[in-house]
Amino acid sequence: MAALAKKQEATAARLAEMAVPSGGQWITEAREAALARVKGMGLPERRDEYWKFTRPDTLVQSEVAEAATFETGEAPLFDEIERLKVVFVDGVFDAAQSDDLSAEGLVIERLQDVAGADIHWAKDLYGKLELKGQDPVQRPLAALNTAFASDGLVIHVTGKVSKPVNLIYKHAETSSDAILHHVIKLDAGAELTVLENGPAAARFNKVMEVDVADGAAFHHVRAQGRDHERRAVTHIFGRLGTESVFKSFTLTVNGRLTRNEAVLELTGDDAVAHVAGACLGDGDFHHDDTVFVTHDALNCESRQVFKKVLRNGAVGVFQGKILVKPGAQKTDGYQISQSLLLDEDSQFLAKPELEIYADDVACSHGSTSGAIDEDALFYLRARGVPKDIATDLLVMSFVAEAVDEIESETLKDSVLARLEGWLERRRD
Amino acid sequence: MLEIKGLKVKLENEDKQILKGVDLKVEAGKVHAIMGPNGSGKSTLSYVLSGKDGYEVTDGAATLDGEDLLEMEAEERAALGLFLAFQYPVEIPGVGNMTFLRTAVNAQRKARGEEELSAADFLKEVRAKAKTLKIDADMLKRPVNVGFSGGEKKRNEILQMAMLAPKMCILDETDSGLDVDAMKLVSEGVNALRDEGRGFLVITHYQRLLDHIKPDVVHIMADGRIIKTGGPELALEVEKNGYADILAEVA
Repeated sequence: MAALAKKQEATAARLAEMAVPSGGQWITEAREAALARVKGMGLPERRDEYWKFTRPDTLVQSEVAEAATFETGEAPLFDEIERLKVVFVDGVFDAAQSDDLSAEGLVIERLQDVAGADIHWAKDLYGKLELKGQDPVQRPLAALNTAFASDGLVIHVTGKVSKPVNLIYKHAETSSDAILHHVIKLDAGAELTVLENGPAAARFNKVMEVDVADGAAFHHVRAQGRDHERRAVTHIFGRLGTESVFKSFTLTVNGRLTRNEAVLELTGDDAVAHVAGACLGDGDFHHDDTVFVTHDALNCESRQVFKKVLRNGAVGVFQGKILVKPGAQKTDGYQISQSLLLDEDSQFLAKPELEIYADDVACSHGSTSGAIDEDALFYLRARGVPKDIATDLLVMSFVAEAVDEIESETLKDSVLARLEGWLERRRD
Repeated sequence: MLEIKGLKVKLENEDKQILKGVDLKVEAGKVHAIMGPNGSGKSTLSYVLSGKDGYEVTDGAATLDGEDLLEMEAEERAALGLFLAFQYPVEIPGVGNMTFLRTAVNAQRKARGEEELSAADFLKEVRAKAKTLKIDADMLKRPVNVGFSGGEKKRNEILQMAMLAPKMCILDETDSGLDVDAMKLVSEGVNALRDEGRGFLVITHYQRLLDHIKPDVVHIMADGRIIKTGGPELALEVEKNGYADILAEVA
């Protein structure tokens, strides 16, 4: 207990530097509860089992390590997609750069506005899925976010929305420290696609809580990229109702440190949850995918597909779990995490876990780490494809299974073009 | 066209000599066949010529139209006009057959300083050539060789050969894994490419492929050397009596 007491003491000292934003009664209650949670758990330390492969120091400490902004010269991702743009600059909503937030089938509000009200429907969601996601594994940085976030979106989806909502995160200040908290509620049968892209800030802490009611569908495609020195910790908490669908894909390139947690709970029968990611890391790059999928209903399907391409000392981490609760029969769970190590300096650390308390389920998992396939490389070269282009083709081939998790062909093409651009810039 | 002189090759990581002095000359417009027992070095010869890693040339030379092949990267040899039809074509999931073909064709054109083929021109050409090899649109769309049958893989090799229009074609046991009909189809594809400006080196275990692709010259290879050279009748002799007689004769 001495260790915990020490941790709590350090956490209290760190949190004393921060101020819980003021707001109406409902959000103040939620924030105070979250603050108490963080204080109780303590902020993550290197000794923590859940942070064994990723050093939390820079995500936790007072000083924000500076991060320069970086221009690739490419058109912004999703630019060619018809979408509703919502822009945040260093974690602050920018109305001038954003579209009009009113649209058919959904109500978009700003957390800051909603927080001023004494009562709002968001009280049933804000910090609630995060709280649920604290058990059995603690996620203190998510609770920290709930306590201190002052901006973000509160979205209520009532119908089938065809135009995606695109959250664009711009990074302007070299030492910006941004916290955003989004809450998304999909009514029964509703549909929404959320796109996210941009480097966001020098340090970024983001939580997204998504409640997908019966028969609703939520699609999420995200690209975290560009700025080489940025750091980010993100959490997505999802609750899935009967026959609902939740599909999330993340592309990560560049960035010194990224930890993406996805915590999904299948609470209604016949629900489908897919979470996938592809990352390309070159040099000073540490990418961590931590996923926890809980099956708590009949006949649900979940897939975790993660592919990491690493070179020049880049590090990839995967901690993925499928928990099948008692009675969650006919569960179909799949988990694959693979890395392609382009040199001997790079490393991949994986901790795949299955915990199953039902006897009629099909769960499979696999984790591999390997170099480029020399036979395939020779085959391509023997056809006249130069080595660098052949290698890139094989990299694209490697990440294909993860990118294929994106249902929309248009979005898939955008992501693939972005991957190709990244590879091309690195050719000799 | 292709000229190999005193070629000696060992494995890079092992002290094992595989080719012990191969001499061979394939003229433009001719089909040469190499036959020989297992382990004689036939496939090694094809790999060394096309630039696969893992081998060390200890002596000798190999040139294509007078240019030193052994100094070049695999892709440079391909752009110069050398083509190897693989015994085991490699599966590449996630890369469409069409993308692969177009990348290869245009990479070679670029290396030769020629203009790249437009998407439309490429498509037209590939469709016409695929049709004669009975390769359907689905096979063109699928990832390279993934889920292809043995016959489909070999037909796909010939399609690549037709699209790349090389000067010198090496066919490494193209008949392995083929039934009679597939062998006929593949052979027709090869024969359609026979041309006075193009040379062929056909590596095979069996005479039956040579019924379809008629060679001008037949070489017998054993223990890393060409031990006998003759006309098509040499292949028939092997078919009838095996290699034992020939091996005994030169021993």
